[in-house]
This record gives sequence, structure tokens and C-alpha cells, in this order.
Amino acid sequence: MITPIATRAERAHPLGLRPRALLPNFYDIVVFFMIAGLFVLLAHGAREMQAPLASLDVTPVTLDPANLPGYALLTTLRMFAAIIASLLFTFVVATLAAKSRKAELVIIPALDILQSVPVLGFLTFTVVFFMRLFPASELGAELAAIFAIFTAQAWNMAFSFYQSLRTVPADLDEVSRHFQLSPWLRFWRLEVPFAAPGLIWNTMMSMSGGWFFVVASEAVSVGNTTFKLPGIGSWLALAIEEKDIGAVALAVATMAAVILAYDQLVFRPIVAWADKFRFEQTAAQQRPQSWVYDIVRRAQLFKRIFALFDLLCARISAALPRQASISLPAMSSRVSRATDLLWIAVVFAAAAFALWHIVDYMRATLGPADVVHAFALGMLTLTRVVVLIAIASAIWVPISVWIGLRPWAAEKVQPLAQFLAAFPANVLFPIAVVAIVRLHLNPDVWLSPLMVLGTQWYIVFNVIAGASAFPTDLREASTLYQLRSWQWWREVMLPGIFPYYVTGALTASGGSWNASIVAEVASWGNTKLSAAGLGAFIAQATEAGDYPRVVLGIAVMSIMVVAFNRVLWRPLYRLAERRFRLN
Amino acid sequence: MDTPVSVAVPAASTAPLVKVEGLRQCYSDGDHLVLDNVALTLCDNEIVALLGRSGCGKSTLLRIISGLMPATAGTVLIDGAPVSGPASQVAMVFQSFALFPWLTVLENVEIGLEAQGVDPDLRKKRALAAIDLIGLDGYESAYPKELSGGMRQRVGLARALVVHPKVLLMDEPFSALDVLTAETLRTDLLDLWCEGRMPISSILMVTHNIEEAVVMCDRILVFSSNPGRVVSEINVDLPQPRSRLDPNFRRLVDDIYALMTARPAGKPTREGVFPGTGILMVLPRISPNILAGLMETIAAEPYNGKADLPALAASLQMEIDDLFPAADTLQLFRFAEVAEGDIRLTDAGKRFVQADVDARKKLFSQYFLTYVPLAAHVKRVLDERAAHRAPASRFRDELEDHMSEEAAEQTLRSIISWARYGEAFAYDEDSGVFSLDNPT
Repeated sequence: MITPIATRAERAHPLGLRPRALLPNFYDIVVFFMIAGLFVLLAHGAREMQAPLASLDVTPVTLDPANLPGYALLTTLRMFAAIIASLLFTFVVATLAAKSRKAELVIIPALDILQSVPVLGFLTFTVVFFMRLFPASELGAELAAIFAIFTAQAWNMAFSFYQSLRTVPADLDEVSRHFQLSPWLRFWRLEVPFAAPGLIWNTMMSMSGGWFFVVASEAVSVGNTTFKLPGIGSWLALAIEEKDIGAVALAVATMAAVILAYDQLVFRPIVAWADKFRFEQTAAQQRPQSWVYDIVRRAQLFKRIFALFDLLCARISAALPRQASISLPAMSSRVSRATDLLWIAVVFAAAAFALWHIVDYMRATLGPADVVHAFALGMLTLTRVVVLIAIASAIWVPISVWIGLRPWAAEKVQPLAQFLAAFPANVLFPIAVVAIVRLHLNPDVWLSPLMVLGTQWYIVFNVIAGASAFPTDLREASTLYQLRSWQWWREVMLPGIFPYYVTGALTASGGSWNASIVAEVASWGNTKLSAAGLGAFIAQATEAGDYPRVVLGIAVMSIMVVAFNRVLWRPLYRLAERRFRLN
Repeated sequence: MDTPVSVAVPAASTAPLVKVEGLRQCYSDGDHLVLDNVALTLCDNEIVALLGRSGCGKSTLLRIISGLMPATAGTVLIDGAPVSGPASQVAMVFQSFALFPWLTVLENVEIGLEAQGVDPDLRKKRALAAIDLIGLDGYESAYPKELSGGMRQRVGLARALVVHPKVLLMDEPFSALDVLTAETLRTDLLDLWCEGRMPISSILMVTHNIEEAVVMCDRILVFSSNPGRVVSEINVDLPQPRSRLDPNFRRLVDDIYALMTARPAGKPTREGVFPGTGILMVLPRISPNILAGLMETIAAEPYNGKADLPALAASLQMEIDDLFPAADTLQLFRFAEVAEGDIRLTDAGKRFVQADVDARKKLFSQYFLTYVPLAAHVKRVLDERAAHRAPASRFRDELEDHMSEEAAEQTLRSIISWARYGEAFAYDEDSGVFSLDNPT
């Protein structure tokens, strides 16, 4: 693939400083319309969001197709609000964890657990919390929904950023200290750019996962509190209540259009732009492409906006104190160990206090039998996850390898797989439920596939990526030695894609646990289907407003997910890193 | 464009620019002494080299002078003021270039000025002047990954010069470059220096390349290893430009080789060249193939069993950082003797060269188990145990009590590699266990 190293205009005038460049060109006009459109949408969306609760009653969600574009916009805005919150969280919390050992002791394990907690379970508490916080306005419900999406996105982003901060190359760190970069300058010149590829990839993965939660969190009923925020999720909930299959189909189509737009206008441009932050010192042969990014790059308007932004940063940088390094008097190791121990003790005390409170709270209504019951249901859900991931792997791994080894196929299928992974599967649930109801199928079995409906694509696109990256010389060698069938799989291809497969399957399994809360109970009009499992347990407790049971369900699920990760995925991951990395 | 970047005027005073006295540096628990009682002065208008093998602490010394690292004891004065933290009178050029891959050449050069809060217009002017000076004009908007190694190091130089330091510190600046590129860059740098076009008063460079030091420097401080000490100070009075073929030049290079291969006084055993003693010796990772190849080369024409190290280094295109550890390992195995800049094969070494593959392995294994204390130790433990198995972690823990994790890992890896070649004992990577099993 031929990639232009620089456009002709850039080559001729490296700094773009000729006077004519200040006149608008064709790309400026295109971008101007895009920006203007964005501003209009933002203004409109923001006004809608601030409407007081009363207006919600006046104009409830309706199944009028004319409203659908507006709903799609609101859903998208919630998504972006959440991603911005996640980025802020990442910059603050991950930086704190990387710079302070005491903070690290608490933050890192917390992130690890939070990654495994079923996000949808949070809704129960956050809805109540935010509704109380802003009783007179729709803002409470909005914030609850945004917070739910945030909780699905923030943790892996923070983790990625933290890990990058801890692995800043030693020589660049020395340069930064040597030239006495201020902490502010160091953050933006060294740390953020170095972390960018990982952070951006995780952000994009988070956003892809986020569509599922934005749909799930728009229409929520917790006990007596019910809200339907205008958005695709609420449209879908209403369609289910009114048994309107046409409206469901419209929601699917709209969602597809939204994801497609997101992919083209956000995902790809950002990935193409972030390519320059890759740390490799050699130029890559194949760079990510995006037509939107190409337009933006060529537009003079954007150059000027970025120049303005740079100037702003420089001003802030100049205004900040330029103290190079805060040289604290070195604490003796004994003293610092003592303060660490003290800190750990404080953390443990706080945790114990919290545990005591939880137990005390749950003991009021629940007995040991309930705990056993929850664990038994958890085993059912666990069985579902394991069986479904196994089935999905058996089907998709061979297909994905076949695709990945053929560049022309991979080029076409890979974007499709990424699109399907981002597509919120819960939008498709009603169609499956209709089928189950019509065909009188056993919900215990047939509701289960819904759990992997959206998550199996993680396996697909990771394995395709792995097979595409498989070294040509090894393939040629295995052809020369005529390795065939099972031997080829066992000794060549499966080890080759193993690290990619583990990444994909790990993501898929985590997503499936989360999806179980939505997938194990489903309804169509007045028909309610439910499969026995922990997800259904949590969903039903939420609907009944039975907080102790919700807490119990989430706790049990978190424990099982964490245990599952520690016992299965982490050792596999380590094995993959140690034995099967090909570079 | 010929923008002069404020020509350095040698100060009238003779006060040294950099003065180091009684410097000591210990790692971790204070067990391992890296630098011991080091003293040096750097005056106006001179280029000084710190020459030594890898691991002699010369890069550490450079980092202490630049304020990147505190010393355990001793004083460092720059312009008469003690150093505490990154000093602004010095600028460093790094072996790995250390450029920010996401910044253009211009932005990379500007970074030091940006940190000083220099006004953007002035910043750009100064950066462009430095880029011009160092021969990079036309590359301002390129990213480092688009440049060759030599061009990257030019960016590193421009970045250091643009902040107008008094002293330029260079940490093996040419060792990551190929021979030709390195020579071009050295020549260009010397030209700039001799013409006084660089805004600096002095250069202090770290190198392990003896010829490089003799080509470029006015004074050479030769370091010993374990711990690092200044063992000799050599004034180079040859006029610039210097020719490598000049007999005086060759004589000086030979003298320095002899100096650097002199047996450490007070250490009669041949083990003295590696840090640590007995089973706690830190061993270098040298492939058995290198050892065999080196012995074959020395045994063959024109050396016939005794080679002059500078000549050997030149013909094998090995830098002393590769050659010395290999020669020292041969010495440890008693396959060769190194002294006075020469390497001579012992009888065992000659027998090795003449033997066939199996006999070579047997001989290698025999000398490995006799003269490498850690190997003997591992073998003894395996012999004593009923199952003839022992986990590597047992030895790793033992080593880590006395050396860094990396050194312990490197030492174990060497033992494993040599044991495998000689089939002295086996190591299973999956379980991390040493054994006497022979894989069948």
C-alpha cells in the first residue's frame, strides 16, 4: 500500500507559512459545514437535556419515526459525555496512581476489581443517588445514565494510561529531567504522547462497548422510580412494551447508521491520527487510513485551530511555575516502609468498616440460604458463559484464521467485525425474543446465545488480526515442510494466534457476564421470559427495588468474575506473553 | 545559511569548568561499589574522553555530573557551584539519541528552550540556527522515524547546542551508528569545534572506542572496572586533523590497549576481570560460538596463537565492548591469556581448536566445571541431590543477595547457555529446573 508521506503542499512549504495558505481552500468549506453541523447538534442536544422533569411528562418518548434522529443524537451525546468524563478520570486517577505509591496501593487493585464488576448492577444505586441530587430536573436521570456508561468505560482506560506512565522509556525520562521540563510540559510532551496509542485503543474499545450500556441505561425502572430518557434505548423499550416489531427494526437501522457514522467520523480518524505516537523508531509500511482525517489534515482551518490550541497550551505552560523537580529530602527506607504499613492499615480498616456495614445491611433481610442460592445461580451463568465462549471459539477461530490469512478478505471483514462488536446487541434482543415466544422454545437454553451475540466479535477481530500478523516466513516454512491439518493447527497457527485469541476471549467473556443481566430476562409486551441465572436474579431484584438482593447479586457476580479471571484468563495471558509472543 | 551562534570566548580565568573530587557511587545496599574516589577537572576549550569498558561506571559519572543522579559521596562543582539536580550549564547527547518520536525535528530541538520559557519566536529562531549549524536544514518538519541514525544524532546534537550550554556531555554518541556514519559525524563535529562555531566551552565524552578517543580528544581519562577508578590520564598532543595511519597515533592506541588489559594489581587470579568473586562473579553473556570463533581466529594465520588486540579488533570489526568480554571469558576458562594488549591461546585453547565437535564439547565442559565457580556449584548441588534436580530460583536467590536482578539473570543465562553447549547439565525452560537429565 502506498501512503503519501506528505501532501505536495506540505512538502513544498514545510511549515505552511506562505501567505496564500491563510485563504480558505476547498477542504475548509467541507470542514466548516461539519463543524457548524456539530455545533447546531450540540446546542440542540444540550437544551433538551436540561429540560425540567415536568417536560418529560408532557412529551414522553413516542414511536414517531420523525423523532428517531433526535433520539439517536441524544444517545450519542450521552456517549460522548461519558467518554469525556472517563478521559478526565483517567488523567487524574491514573496519574495519581503512577506518581504516588500510597495512591497506587489502593487505586490499582480497585481498578482491577471495578473492571470485573457487572456495570449494569450499578444503575440501581446511581439512579437513586443522582435523582436525589437533582430532584426537580431530568439532569439526575441523565447523570445516572451517563455515569452508567462511564462505569463501563473508565477502568481499562485508566489501567492503560497507568501502565504507560510506568513504562516511559528511560532515555526520554532522562532527557525530560535533563532539560528541566516542568511537570505540565512533561505531561503533555512526554507522558501523554507516549501513552496515546494504548489509551486511544482502549478508549475506542470502551466506546464500542459503551453503546450497549447507553441503550440499556436510558430506560430504567428501579422499584417505583421509572424513567425513560429520550434516546434509542427508550424507543426500543417502548417498542417492546407496545409489541411494535417495525419500530424495533427502525431502531436497529438507526443504530447501525449511528455506529457507522461513529466508525467513519470518530474511530478511524483518531486511529489514523494516533499513528504518529507509535513509539517504534521506524516508519511502518502500512499506516491506518481515514478519509475524514485526510480532509482534516489538509484543511487550513484545522491547522490554525491547532496552532491556537498550541499557543493556549504555551501560555498555560508559561504561567505555571517552572520548577524542574521537587527534590524531597530522601526518606530513609525504614521510615517510608513504616508509613506504607500505616497507610495499608488505614486502607484495611476502611475496607473492614465497609464490609461490616454491607453485612449488617444485608443481614436485615437475607440469610445464608440466599447467599447459597445466589452462588448456585452464579454457577448456572458461569456454565453459560463458558459453554458459549467455547462454542463461539470453535466456530469463529477457524473462520477468522481463514480470513486473516487472506489479506483481501481480512481488509473487507475486519471493519465489519469491529462494527459488529460495537453494535449494541441488546437492540437485537427483541427479535430473538419474538422468535422464542412464537416457536415456544425453552428460554433457559435459547435466551443464552444472546449473551454472546454482541461479544463474540471480539474473538473474531482479534483472531483475524493475529492471523494477519502471522509472519510470512513461518507460513512459508510450514508449507515447505508440508505440515497439514491437525499438525498445522497445533504447531503453527494456534500458537501463532494464541495471544490474540486470549485477548479476544477475555474481552468476550467479560462482556458476556455483563450482558447476562440484560439477556437472561427478556420481555415482549406482557410476555416475560427469564432464564435461571445470576443475571436474571440481579435484573429482577433491580426491578423490584430489592436493594439487598441487588447488592448480593452484584457481589457474587464480581467475586465469580474476579475468580474466573484469576484462575483462567490471567495464567493464559501470562503464558501467551511468555511463550507465544512472536516479536 | 551561515548564522553564527555566539562564538565561545575562552574565559581568561583558569578556574575549571567542571571539578569532581572524591566521588563514590554505590548501588542498592552499598554492597557494590561502582565508582571509587574519582577525581577529574574539565577546563575551558578542551575535549576530554572518559574511556573504559562497559560497566566501569563512566556513564554513571556523566549522569552524576549532569545532575541526573546524586552521588553517594564526593563533590561535583560546575563553575564553582555544587551540583544538586539537573544543571543548566551542561547539555547532554545520548547514546540512544532519545528523541521524542511524536515531535518533529524542529520541535525536538526546541524542547529545551520551551522548558526554559523562551518566547516562541526567539525559540524558533535559535532552533533554526542550531539546525542549520549541524547540517540539518531541510529536515525541520521531519519526524525522527523518517531519519537515519546519523541524522537522528545530529538532532540530538542540535537539541543540546541550542540551549547554549558551557559544557557538552556526550554519552557514547557514536556507538549506535555504523562505522561510516559515525566517522562522518565525528569529522563534522571536530570541524565545528576547531572553527569555534559551537556555543560551548568544553566537551566531556564517554566512549569505549579507543581510536575515537584518540581521534577527538585533548585528554583521555582511562577507567578501570570494578570499581570504576581513573587509572591513567593521557594527554594527546597530536595536531588536528589526526590521521589514524600516523605511527604516533598507532603507538598511542597500542599503549592504551596495553593499559586497559593490564592485570589489576593485587588480584593474582584471572577471575579479577569480572565483578564479584567465586560463585558470585557476574558473568557476561557470550555465545559459545563467539568463543569458538575467536579461538579459531587467533589460532589461524596470521596470528598463529598470539594476537595483538587492536589488530584483532580491527580485522573482526569488534568494538572493545564486544571483544574484551569475550577475551576475558576465554581467560576465565583458561583457554587464553590476556596481557599487555595481546591475547595468547593456552595449550587447552589450541587443543580446543584442533578437536572435533564432540571432543570440543567435552573439553569445554571440563574447563567450564573446573574454572567457572558457579557452574561447579550448580553441578555439586545436582550431584548431591537424590533426584539430581534443582530449581534455578534457588541459585537466583543466592545471586540476588549480592548483585542486581539483571546481573543475576544475565549470569544464570550465561551458565545455562554454556552448560547446554558443553552438555554439562540440563536446564528446562518451562519448569525452570536444572537437572542432570540428557534430553533423549
